[in-house]
Amino acid sequence: MSTYLSHMIGDEHLVMSAERTLFWENESTLIVADLHIGKTGHFRQAGIGVPQQVYKDDLHRLLAQILFFKAERLIIVGDLTHSVANKELDLFRKWRKDFPSLDLHLVKGNHDILEEKWYSEADISVKVGQFGVKQFLFVHDILTPGINAEKGQYFFSGHLHPGISIRGRGRQSLHFPCFYFTKKYCVLPAFSRFTGTYKVEPGEGEKAFAIIDKDIVPV
Amino acid sequence: MCVLNLADTIGYKIISHWLAARERRPFLFQQEAWQHIINGESGLVNAPTGCGKTYSVFLGSLIDFINHNPDDYKTKSKNQLQLLWITPLRALAKDIGRAMEEVIAELEIPWKVGIRNGDTAIAERTRQKKQMPEVLIITPESLHLLLAQKGYPEIFRSLKIIAVDEWHELLGSKRGVQVELAVSRIVSGQRSVVSDNSGNKTTHSTLITHHSSLSIWGISATIGNLDEAKEVLMSSLRKEGVIVRANMNKRIEVESIFPDEIEKYPWAGHLGIKLAHKLIPVIEKSTTTLIFINTRGMSETWYQTLLNICPDLAGSIALHHGSVDMELRTWVEENLHSGRLKAVVCTASLDLGVDFRPVETVIQVGSPKGVARFLQRAGRSGHSPDAVSKIYFLPTHSLELAEAAALKKAIEENMIESRQPMLLCYDVLIQYLNTLAISDGFLPEQLFEEIKLTYCYKDLLEDEWKQLLHFITAGGKALQQYDDYKKVEIEDGVYKIKSRKLAMRHRLHIGTIVSESMLKVKFISGGYVGVIEEWFISRLQPGDVFTLAGRNLEFVMIKDLTAFVRKSNAKKSIVPSWQGGRMPLSANLGKKLRETFDRKSEGRSRKTEIQEKELEALEPLFELQESLSHVPKRNELLIEQIETRDGFHLFVYPFEGRLVHEAMAAILAYRISRITPITFSFAMNDYGFELLSDQPVPVDDTNVYELFSPGDLLSDIQRSVNSTEMARRKFRDVAVIGGLIFQGYPGEQKKARHLQASASLLFNVFNEYEPGNLLLRQSYQEVLDQQMEEARLRDMLERIQRSKIIITFPTQLTPFCFPVKVDSMREDLSSEKLEDRVRRMQLQLEK
Repeated sequence: MSTYLSHMIGDEHLVMSAERTLFWENESTLIVADLHIGKTGHFRQAGIGVPQQVYKDDLHRLLAQILFFKAERLIIVGDLTHSVANKELDLFRKWRKDFPSLDLHLVKGNHDILEEKWYSEADISVKVGQFGVKQFLFVHDILTPGINAEKGQYFFSGHLHPGISIRGRGRQSLHFPCFYFTKKYCVLPAFSRFTGTYKVEPGEGEKAFAIIDKDIVPV
Repeated sequence: MCVLNLADTIGYKIISHWLAARERRPFLFQQEAWQHIINGESGLVNAPTGCGKTYSVFLGSLIDFINHNPDDYKTKSKNQLQLLWITPLRALAKDIGRAMEEVIAELEIPWKVGIRNGDTAIAERTRQKKQMPEVLIITPESLHLLLAQKGYPEIFRSLKIIAVDEWHELLGSKRGVQVELAVSRIVSGQRSVVSDNSGNKTTHSTLITHHSSLSIWGISATIGNLDEAKEVLMSSLRKEGVIVRANMNKRIEVESIFPDEIEKYPWAGHLGIKLAHKLIPVIEKSTTTLIFINTRGMSETWYQTLLNICPDLAGSIALHHGSVDMELRTWVEENLHSGRLKAVVCTASLDLGVDFRPVETVIQVGSPKGVARFLQRAGRSGHSPDAVSKIYFLPTHSLELAEAAALKKAIEENMIESRQPMLLCYDVLIQYLNTLAISDGFLPEQLFEEIKLTYCYKDLLEDEWKQLLHFITAGGKALQQYDDYKKVEIEDGVYKIKSRKLAMRHRLHIGTIVSESMLKVKFISGGYVGVIEEWFISRLQPGDVFTLAGRNLEFVMIKDLTAFVRKSNAKKSIVPSWQGGRMPLSANLGKKLRETFDRKSEGRSRKTEIQEKELEALEPLFELQESLSHVPKRNELLIEQIETRDGFHLFVYPFEGRLVHEAMAAILAYRISRITPITFSFAMNDYGFELLSDQPVPVDDTNVYELFSPGDLLSDIQRSVNSTEMARRKFRDVAVIGGLIFQGYPGEQKKARHLQASASLLFNVFNEYEPGNLLLRQSYQEVLDQQMEEARLRDMLERIQRSKIIITFPTQLTPFCFPVKVDSMREDLSSEKLEDRVRRMQLQLEK
């Protein structure tokens, strides 16, 4: 059983899940980043036999999270797909058909390079740049030039695949994906389990929550 | 086949006449080898470098050729490939080629000598393709690239002899496995040619013994398992083979450099540098000197130190290690040879040398860790068969003087280490299958029989074979209709890679040497310095000064996988440490060391004269050790329990090398923690290890044999050692060799961006979703075999069961335990669950 952890931003209640999703309670909105759908297929097409099970499992986890939170809206902050179209993407389309009522928004990331037609057929509403719901703004890469929050606004982003090292005595160091909160923005962990991490080091007034197996631990 | 008497053959007469004209006579072992060669035998020539080992096989091949063509050997050109010469070192190829060309020119034989390796120009390759030279000098990697060419069996059709030079160097590595596989293919290719000629086409897949005209000759320095080395090479031929020994026991003289005063509390590292001034007279009186240092980092320090002590050496001393720019290294080698350089500070990078390039003096700094390596380095001096090889030994801490005594004894008794051949390397096999799939393709049933004949894969199970085939054709388990996997395809039963793109990519990946991820280091003003590990440079800030290739460099920036630097005059600089294995003390040297202490303690009790100067010098240290604790005899294991401010220490001295000690420390900690809940930190060196706890350690005469029992070893290893993290590190090499990691190809980096994944990520995915994957299993096996030396660990425990265990309780630290204490690398015992471990680590962080 995965654990969950609450986090408040202003008056809004958010729930972090060890399955690498963030749920925004008042809006029944599930927020995820960096699904990289089709990545295993892309590797396999190049003769690199990565187990496809990791992809299948990603889809199952997403399904379970949507059902668990009874989410009505899914916001993907970029990198829904990994590369050009392949057969794995067809499986995603089939998966999508099972949730016709789910409102699905994608803020385009650098990997989202498919034709418009594909998104419209999959009933995905695509945004370029940033996208706002109430005081929250959604963007793929928070470091994109020109991105700036007005007073009272807060960003959610992806792209970075944040991870954190926890050091112990005797040069031991372990590395985990994490949620990374600063005063102005939050970077979500990459949802797909076939992704690496980029090390972040939280500064003053910043917080990171490491995902350790089925657990979330504030660091 | 009729047996010829060598001396009666025309070939022999011509060759010995030629030698005589140059006032030389063949050595006995060369004649012996030639006789076997003209008889069509195969085998192994055991000869040290510098004793004519090249001629033993090369001239044999010429004699055989002349014998077969007595009338027209001087005119018969374009004879196709006759002799395939496999060498591990590209740098050696040119020298060997030149020596061979000289001989054939003087004998007026119209043979050509070709070189084939990564440096061979495309034009030359094309020329070779049109007309193969009679002799081809090749690396194992390039040989596999030949097997990746369409129609490759044609190249080897005429081949008479495969010579594998420096076989002892290749044997224990995956490059050796590559040699085994290539040999198996060539042997079997010639067999099927014979069957085809006899009109029987179905024998393609049946293996019948008949007289193949192909022979295989290995050339090896002395190692502990020469018979096995021969067996590995002969395996595919299914012949016994012969061993021809040069029996030229070169005299080796070892001279230790003594500190003026022996420290009773030795610790590694600082003593060596303190003795550096004692090297100056040695360097000055020799024309050329090699100074061997164990690590690249230390070699940088030594180079600087020597220059500081003796600025006059500037310009006549150089640095040579694996991370120094290739061009600079070649320059160093050439200038050392021509005598323009007086001394070279080097690492194992100069272990191998050619027959034709001796040096006068060799200095070994710090423990050489093994007898074979020490001998090999000593052998770099005094190249003529009757010359004495002299090697100076400079200890980095005083106890290493005992190692010098042990080394002398080991050399006397010829106790040279074995090289264990690698077994069941699935990664190399997967690469090989893909290689065959891009050239002519293969029939699995036939290939399976062929591969089973090699030594490496003789125990390959049919089930594993099927898994491998499934992996290359279907990519393991998949989601059927949603899968795009593409690699090896089956067409009329033939396994082939048809995509040109996949084929090209595979060709770029052939090889088994996987380097750390390296960055080039260049001056901002232009000019290449060398390479440096990415993890080291990633810790530097612009403006930091570090040392590479003997230069102080200021780090400026990283761009396009290159670290840009400028020269710096800063006094202080960071010396990079390169990761990569520190060699543990070999089992043979460890055994000799235990015996040395025994001789020492015997000597003392009987008051007999002690012969070794080294042991005499160490007398004060031994006396202190004996008065505080005990000096162990060969059939004893010493354990010391000491309480200090730090806590309760348990020191154990098996003298089995740091890897075994590391594993043993973890196992012992685990076994003790089953008696009572207790946590330890570990430290170890090549002589012993330490467990440190904040509470008394419950080890005494009643339970000590049980704690060192070989029973349940495997399961205790699994419970006590974090083998997952170790396997993760091994997996990187395995994954690169097995083709799971795509490193991009020249000029196409951008397109390949979507195919980047780190080995660590792939490891996680396989570990979780396909734990039965053979490459993953191999990583775990390699951890057991290489990282923990499981076989040696077991031997040690069995030895301890037969020994007397002596537990002492010294009131203060002893000379034996001191280096362990200082030279320590701490690791927590961490058998708890992951989450608990992290929480505990956090608690520590808050303290």
